[in-house]
Amino acid sequence: MKEYFSRFAVPDNGEPMIIASQILIVIVSLGIIVGLTYFKKWKYLWNEWLTTVDHKRIGIMYILSALLMLFRGGVDALLMRAQTSMPENGLLDAQHYNEIFTTHGVIMILFMAMPFIIGLMNVVIPLQIGARDVAFPRLNALSFWLFFFGAMLFNISFVIGGSPDAGWTAYFPLASTEFSESVGMNYYAIAIQIAGIGTLMTGINFIVTILKMRAPGMTLMKMPMFTWSILITNIIIVFAFPVLTVALALMTMDRLFGTQFFTMSNGGMDMLWANLFWVWGHPEVYIVILPAFGIYSEIISTFAKRNLYGYKSMVFSMVAISALSFLVWAHHFYTMGHGAMVNGIFSITTMAIAVPTGVKMFNWLLTLYKGKIEFKTPMLWAMAFIPIFLIGGVTGVMLAMASADYQYHNTMFLVAHFHYVLIPGTVFAVLAGFTYWWPKIFGFSLSEKIGKWSFWFIAISFNVTFFPMFITGLNGQARRMYTYSESTGFGPLNFISFIGALGLAVGFVLIVYNIYWSTRYAPRHVTEDPWDARSLEWATHSPVPAYNFAVTPVVESTQAFWDAKEKGTQLFRGKYEPIHMPSNSGLPFIMGVLFFFFGFCMVFGMWIPSIIFGLAIFACMMYRSFEHDPGYHISVEEIKETEKKYGVNSHENQLA
Amino acid sequence: MKTNSLEYSTEQNRLKILGFWIFLGAEIALFGTLFATYFTLVNRTGHGPVGSEIFELTPVLIETFVLLTSSFVIGLGINAMRLGNKKAMTIFFVITLLLGLTFLGVEIFEFIHYVDIGAGITVSAFTSALLTLLGTHGAHVTLGLFWGLAIVLQVAKRGITADTSNKAFIFSLYWHFLDVVWIFIFSFVYLKGMM
Repeated sequence: MKEYFSRFAVPDNGEPMIIASQILIVIVSLGIIVGLTYFKKWKYLWNEWLTTVDHKRIGIMYILSALLMLFRGGVDALLMRAQTSMPENGLLDAQHYNEIFTTHGVIMILFMAMPFIIGLMNVVIPLQIGARDVAFPRLNALSFWLFFFGAMLFNISFVIGGSPDAGWTAYFPLASTEFSESVGMNYYAIAIQIAGIGTLMTGINFIVTILKMRAPGMTLMKMPMFTWSILITNIIIVFAFPVLTVALALMTMDRLFGTQFFTMSNGGMDMLWANLFWVWGHPEVYIVILPAFGIYSEIISTFAKRNLYGYKSMVFSMVAISALSFLVWAHHFYTMGHGAMVNGIFSITTMAIAVPTGVKMFNWLLTLYKGKIEFKTPMLWAMAFIPIFLIGGVTGVMLAMASADYQYHNTMFLVAHFHYVLIPGTVFAVLAGFTYWWPKIFGFSLSEKIGKWSFWFIAISFNVTFFPMFITGLNGQARRMYTYSESTGFGPLNFISFIGALGLAVGFVLIVYNIYWSTRYAPRHVTEDPWDARSLEWATHSPVPAYNFAVTPVVESTQAFWDAKEKGTQLFRGKYEPIHMPSNSGLPFIMGVLFFFFGFCMVFGMWIPSIIFGLAIFACMMYRSFEHDPGYHISVEEIKETEKKYGVNSHENQLA
Repeated sequence: MKTNSLEYSTEQNRLKILGFWIFLGAEIALFGTLFATYFTLVNRTGHGPVGSEIFELTPVLIETFVLLTSSFVIGLGINAMRLGNKKAMTIFFVITLLLGLTFLGVEIFEFIHYVDIGAGITVSAFTSALLTLLGTHGAHVTLGLFWGLAIVLQVAKRGITADTSNKAFIFSLYWHFLDVVWIFIFSFVYLKGMM
């Protein structure tokens, strides 16, 4: 019996930090259960959230989970900076440090950046194209729950069985059972697989939504730029994620069933993993950056009070980036010996990406030119993005040169580079988008004052944290080393990095404080259009009613809502009609739970329960096939009643 | 394409068909990756056998013949569905599934044979890649059998409606797709391997 349960123990059990986390997790979980019971909120939670198929609520859940994961990944980051703040520091040992940089990478990319972006796209896209929901609302709920339970499965590795420790890139042979003996890398393979299936379904769902459900008159070249960026992102998702699916499946088979894909004997090829990983991994970078470009396009044009400059070149540059994103993967391992020819080709394709990206940069600058710029919090993020991202981009071109890369490879220079693109590119963007669309989602604005404080803390601390890494990297500090000797001279700059990391932590705490403060004290009932914006999401009420638009809008230009305000074009023509809505369902949540347990049993090689949970998942799919779900209709009376609550008494007169 | 057919008759139906085409795009990427893996590892046989030592033409020909026929029969089934002939549709769908079942039976027999002659999945990179590629296709067929069965039962119960015809049509797309994948497996795994 004891032997059976010993498999769940963490290898370095007894470490006080892990024991503290184990206790904390139990206390927090109990606290949530007791709290929900005490306040009698179980029914509310089930009916309004766990079974919802409403794209806005699913979006909110994505964003909440992303914020939660931001803190988990952030604590990892703080620990890393603390460990390396002084030479020969003993805070973490090598193994623990390995685990922490692995989980930091996976969580920040896959369980923070991705869901934050998918959350924003869930909330905004149907509104921006004038639709009532996404194409497949129930599939959308399933996508969310698969992501959520994938993320949870990944996170419990920390306290049950041991964290993954082979880096977020999980290179073989390091990630094989030979060199990573604990179940950590099993968690990696299976948890990401579960979340990845959800992401793939999101990709399909949003492509269909955007292609088929746009408001009348909104041709492809009249779509708002954020919608364009999401369309292209989802196309990349659909073609890149299957590669990850296969790579992770092969990894699972190597680790659990003894196949020979990436082994060092019997013909296995470790470099195959590196190639498969980055064939997905590099497009993944653009999956998180293109939506950010879309968000900035919206925000810059709104707060500069100008039409977006170079609409067509914006679209074509994104298409070019998406195509090139599949042709650069080998630049992640120039030094692994694939010859001058291959390195040369990948050098050129990599540098070529700078061209369409540069086009976008100039378009944003020209949008700002002669604009009446308002420095609201979202705009501050966008303004900080341009110069900081430029540093990231330029160092990226430096890294793209294969011969020079032999100097930079696997140093802190690289770490500085990708943080300089990912943080202003993605994190600033989602924070900007979050602040920008918050009033639309909740009906009140976040505090500008606290928002600006958090902006300055994060923007300045970011540079304090990561700029020194360029220097230590050029001086030869390797990444992923848990410590260094005093004679290297890396100490002072690493200490500055640590101070910056503390500043970043303050900034992120301020963001959460802003949510708390604004929820309690911010004035309610903002107007439909608090920022004087341009696209359709601002044409409906805040917060948005369940049916989004009482009457489907009609579009004639790239900025339909702005034209309605300025030129008086009619957005809403026609009368109220009954609106068809999809019914809620508990099935996606149940399937998520089943996937969680299925994955958990697979991680530990418990085959019989795995098969049982696998069959249960299959049973759910069968149930869905036989289920007859016609949805329901919101009657005209109900629409009138709801519209009245928003103070639209004679909306129908306006409609005429 | 008959866009005025019953399976395209509602907005939701049209969305589902487009969504499924996009899903098939993702499936192409999935099988493309498996093929790439196979071609990379095909000559890395370690101490294990090479392809020409283990491939046998007879079972492979049976599999090919059975699967290609099933793809033709499901086309007849969809035609019967569009003509509104429920009985013919059901018969063609049942024949399709029986042919699929035959395919699966022969493939399982083939796998057992590989294990018997020392070409199991753990032997070399080549056998791992081979059996994963074949197994993924076989798993798709297996899933398809249950999916198809569910659709046959629904058509029997509810008749040919906008809903059931949409499901049957999408299922036929899936089935044809598996056939296309098999043609690639037959040509580039078996025939090339036997040369």
